[in-house]
Amino acid sequence: MKAVVIGGGVFGSLIARELTKYDLEVTLIEKNLDVGWGVTKANSAVVHAGYDDPPESVRAQFCASGNAMYEDLSKELDFDFKRIGSFVVAFNDEELKELERLLKQGEENGVPGLTILERDEVLSMEPNLNPEVKYALYAPTAGITEPWMVAIAAVENAVQNGLKLVLGESVVGFEKVNGRVRKVHTSRGEYEADIVINCAGLHADEIAKLAGAEYVPLHPRKGEYILLDKKLQGLVKRVIFPTPTKISKGILVLPTVDGGILLGPTAEDLPEEMKDRPITTREGLEKVREFTRRLVPSLDFSLVVKTFSGLRPESPQKDFFIKVSETVKNFVNVMATRSPGLTAAPAVAKYVVEELIQEKMRIPLEKKKDFKPERKRIVHYSELPLEEWRREIERDPRAGRLVCFCNEVTEKEIVEAIRRGARTLNGVKFRTRAMFGRCQGGFCMARILKILERELGVDMSEIKMKSENSWVVNGKVRE
Amino acid sequence: MRVDVMVIGAGAAGMAAALKAKEEGAEVLLVERDERTGGILNQCIHNGFGLHYFRQELTGPEYAERFQEKMEKMGIRALTNAYVKRVEDRRVILVTEQGIEEVEVGALVYATGARERPFGSLMIPGDRPSGIFTAGVAQRLINIENRLPGKRALILGSGDIGLIMARRLTLEGMEVVGVVERLPYAGGLLRNVIQCLEDYNIPLYLSSTVVEVRGRERLEEVVVAKVDEQFRPIPRTERVFKVDTLVLSVGLIPQVELIENLVVKNPTSRGVGVSNIGQTSRDWIFSAGNCTVIFDLVDYVSYEGETAGRYAAKFVKGEIPREKIPVRPGKNVMVVHPIWYTPAEPLTLYLRVKKPMEKGRLVVGRFAREFEDLVPSEMLRVKISDRDLEGLDEIVVSVEEVN
Repeated sequence: MKAVVIGGGVFGSLIARELTKYDLEVTLIEKNLDVGWGVTKANSAVVHAGYDDPPESVRAQFCASGNAMYEDLSKELDFDFKRIGSFVVAFNDEELKELERLLKQGEENGVPGLTILERDEVLSMEPNLNPEVKYALYAPTAGITEPWMVAIAAVENAVQNGLKLVLGESVVGFEKVNGRVRKVHTSRGEYEADIVINCAGLHADEIAKLAGAEYVPLHPRKGEYILLDKKLQGLVKRVIFPTPTKISKGILVLPTVDGGILLGPTAEDLPEEMKDRPITTREGLEKVREFTRRLVPSLDFSLVVKTFSGLRPESPQKDFFIKVSETVKNFVNVMATRSPGLTAAPAVAKYVVEELIQEKMRIPLEKKKDFKPERKRIVHYSELPLEEWRREIERDPRAGRLVCFCNEVTEKEIVEAIRRGARTLNGVKFRTRAMFGRCQGGFCMARILKILERELGVDMSEIKMKSENSWVVNGKVRE
Repeated sequence: MRVDVMVIGAGAAGMAAALKAKEEGAEVLLVERDERTGGILNQCIHNGFGLHYFRQELTGPEYAERFQEKMEKMGIRALTNAYVKRVEDRRVILVTEQGIEEVEVGALVYATGARERPFGSLMIPGDRPSGIFTAGVAQRLINIENRLPGKRALILGSGDIGLIMARRLTLEGMEVVGVVERLPYAGGLLRNVIQCLEDYNIPLYLSSTVVEVRGRERLEEVVVAKVDEQFRPIPRTERVFKVDTLVLSVGLIPQVELIENLVVKNPTSRGVGVSNIGQTSRDWIFSAGNCTVIFDLVDYVSYEGETAGRYAAKFVKGEIPREKIPVRPGKNVMVVHPIWYTPAEPLTLYLRVKKPMEKGRLVVGRFAREFEDLVPSEMLRVKISDRDLEGLDEIVVSVEEVN
């Protein structure tokens, strides 16, 4: 039995890993040069509590349950997850009504621990909030993580358990026999398939179309973000939402797992042809500034580290579309995975494998006896107690050689990232946090290029930042 | 391990500090996080260094070499690939390939230099392609790694580094289509505008800035617009440059992070605040170079490094006065350095004016002198004698515009 998963975002990665728990050959095809670089890479990184979604929605079905799985998942896969809680803040009585509605909705969705707090308590817990705040809906189960790391960790673990990972190939067609996909054709090759799971993010509708399966049309909804320096660590301790509107959850202020402060996103619907253009705009960034200042007036915008934008796959139904195809019987769509996709992903992965494949499609899967659920992260030596770090250096001197000074990343970590599959600058960056700090690679980028050159055995001009045509250096100055 | 004086950072300030501390008889350890001593001088292969200090025009590596040779002769211990993890009360935690060591210090000279303001912090809208480099990264790629960053470049920022990189890229075979500067005048020294742009026919676009970058993978286009007096882009003045490389020279930021929680900062430079003998608000920590204020000339950095090193050694011997008279900016002064005056030495004052002035009268205590053609981008360096400052309990530095 052969399963092909298309797309290496959080959904594809977690589903692929879930499939490797069973006795079958699993292949994950990702068009980018690494996993977690599409929709997964640029979002709010929030593991939502689950009160936002209408109880009848598919989103609600998976959000609170996905949230509940993050604790164990983050331990098994050894990625950062912090259950820091969230506030939805209200500045007047009308907004309070909305908080009450959310509270009720959340309780229906099975979200534990929701309460509405009053001004004094809100400000004692988050002293930097706008003192005009009147109430806040407190959701203790909300959390934060590094979304790309969820994908990376899941794939690394899946590879340990036999996953075949195909990077840098895009799906260009399907070969069907008797209405079922038999082969998946990519830009470079072909892969046999008994089951196909479409997790192609923003392009999932196009993939479904190619296969002749049902789909919902997708368009990108853009969110722009501003990341502030770690110097502001502690400015807010929880995820701070404004009272939501019909359009979005609003523009948030939240801590990142490594100590920065993230602001955003905007919500702007874009036409289909903008699917690959997560661009930032003057207006968008200005809006982020203006709205977040209302929540936290003391925000210091001289401490901007970077700005970026991410795209969410949105459909007219505004809900996930997760179904076995009626027309292509061995094809599963995991589509329109807008917010809270990151939160829902672990629950969806289980659902797809246990309920859709095994029950709905009636494909009996045999559990593998030797599945290893645990994956270990790349050790970030500077976070270890000094005594332990010292012992690591004795074992390997590269653990004592700092390459990225802002985020204290050693050569050993960079070599390990390359050993685990990083082939690009961004591959190293997202796996180690090197070049992610306040100097943004000003001191370490050239050194990392050299390490990539040495470890991969290629010329520096062959090394890319992210995609095939994103070359970094042109050639030699002189031979 | 224990040393009298530890110097953090082996650039122009740190090397000079180590030499003088040693001359004073202190036992010195110089630590450098990079692979070699010399700091940014190593990648600055253009000339123009040392005109004051050596009365000779040298390249960066030549300038560094003179100090390196002296350090060798004097037997100064320099530890490279050494990363300072923490500075605590008279203790420094050092990480090297040999292990982790706690060093007890009598005094510290903090000389960590500056970092470049990165692209991300500028909030420039658009795509996030490859091909956007700070001038320093481009310089390192070309001069040390022997690699060209691209084929056709635009430069944002006309500070000295931006100007010098415009010339370097041209000399190495890249096409430089222009330098963009948001101010109505060049940010760097006049001699660099002439020698780096005019001599090579590279256009300088003043009162302009980059308003968008485009390119899904590698950079393809940079959109430049004119700006008004508040630096806001003026609509419909956009102009598109087809380039694969954008080089940024948009300012240096003093690196203060390691001791930020231990010392008072200079509010005008955002660097480490020091006195005229290089002492910070914490008596055992001295500091010099671009981590205190961004200097125009490396020669000044070396002078300041020497002072800090000498007095760090004197501090260990208990030989320096405690008195510190505050120095603060007055009218028309944007940056002033140092922020305290200790009467052990004459006051060498560095300042930048707030706006260009044809003629300005600098007043400091009883000292007054007129200067011509003052611009914010050129640092003024003035020595003021003890006599002019006697009896003051605060020193205000101001520049009156003279009509």
